[in-house]
Amino acid sequence: MNLAVKDLCVARGGVPVLMGIGFDLPAGTALILRGPNGSGKTTLLRTLAGLQPPLSGQISGAEDLIAYAAHADGLKSMLTVDENLRFWAEVFGSADIEPAIEAFDLGDLRGRLAGTLSAGQKRRLGLARLLVTGRPIWMLDEPTVSLDTQAVEMFAQAVRAHLGQGGAALIATHIDLGLGDAQVLDVTPYRASADALAGASDEAFL
Amino acid sequence: MKALLRRDLALALRAGGGFGLGLAFFLIVTVLVPFGVGPQSELLSRIAPGILWLGALLACLLSLDRMLALDWEDGTLDLLATSPLPLEAALSIKALAHWITTGLPLVLAAPVLGVLLNLPAPGFLWLVVSLALGTPALSVIGAFGAALTVGVKRGGLLMSLLVLPLYVPTLIFGAEVARRGAVGMDVQTPALMLAGITLGVIAVMPFASAAALRVNLR
Repeated sequence: MNLAVKDLCVARGGVPVLMGIGFDLPAGTALILRGPNGSGKTTLLRTLAGLQPPLSGQISGAEDLIAYAAHADGLKSMLTVDENLRFWAEVFGSADIEPAIEAFDLGDLRGRLAGTLSAGQKRRLGLARLLVTGRPIWMLDEPTVSLDTQAVEMFAQAVRAHLGQGGAALIATHIDLGLGDAQVLDVTPYRASADALAGASDEAFL
Repeated sequence: MKALLRRDLALALRAGGGFGLGLAFFLIVTVLVPFGVGPQSELLSRIAPGILWLGALLACLLSLDRMLALDWEDGTLDLLATSPLPLEAALSIKALAHWITTGLPLVLAAPVLGVLLNLPAPGFLWLVVSLALGTPALSVIGAFGAALTVGVKRGGLLMSLLVLPLYVPTLIFGAEVARRGAVGMDVQTPALMLAGITLGVIAVMPFASAAALRVNLR
């Protein structure tokens, strides 16, 4: 498993935001994405996750290996913590949710409806979903939003454990997770120039 | 796939899930029509199949925008799209869940409400048969409409406009089966047409819905 990205150009709403992006993400490594708000980190992650097509360039080694975690956690407020996790475990074909419950310390919350959790607890549940997917490449979009220091440490530990098992992670974040030798990719220099690919459009109905 | 079906059914049955919305609407329409038409049992029994079908169709339409909008808002659709479950399958399952929570109760309630509209005795069987054959098509076509308009704020109006023309064939043949059944005519031709439409949309629509949803998820 090796995610390789070459000369990638991504667009949001038909407007190119990043171009010429290239990196390798071999097993066991993490790549931190940095860049100011609106610089295209989320668009890049969505493109890599396969939610939108790239304008140009190649992505190899991503097919069906990616667990994507967006700003929204995809939790159902009328289901309990247990039911939410179990649902995603079944969708991804893994049966055991115990390691995920343990890694994010959700044991005491299992029977609570997700709608009654605090923002940080919801985020923990959303991140616990990554563990039940069993996918090797994690793509995380601002995973530490609304987490306290303790939970951030919990999350960093989960990422380290995941890397230790031969997984990989691509994380857009502004804080230091203490992942040791993680590479950092600042997307600012890749910002697409105003006239690049003028007229390019992802509008499907035109 | 079973997990998704179970989850959708559980969500529909819990508080705020919207189960019973279509049924209540259906009930209201059929209870109020006799008051509006007046005490002419002759006329009522003639229009009963059409009114029941129209009520069922509008009741289905009423609950369509919940099918995908809630999953869109909380990010579930993005995560489902990156899961091993193909979107075509996910949308078929969602349509099935919608039918179980909306269409099936309508089918079961229709004979009871037929009494209120003075539906002739031979019509009950064919009313149920026609609704059972036709309502799955309403859910599947509805999933397509929901996929086309997901992400549009207050997209309910747009969706109704898009979906209504697609509902017309089902309504025509469904109501025709019920009407012919009620007056004791041969129902085979419209029943076969209705079944054909339903099978056709079940086979084709999930692909169209998934394609529309992929565009909307970009």
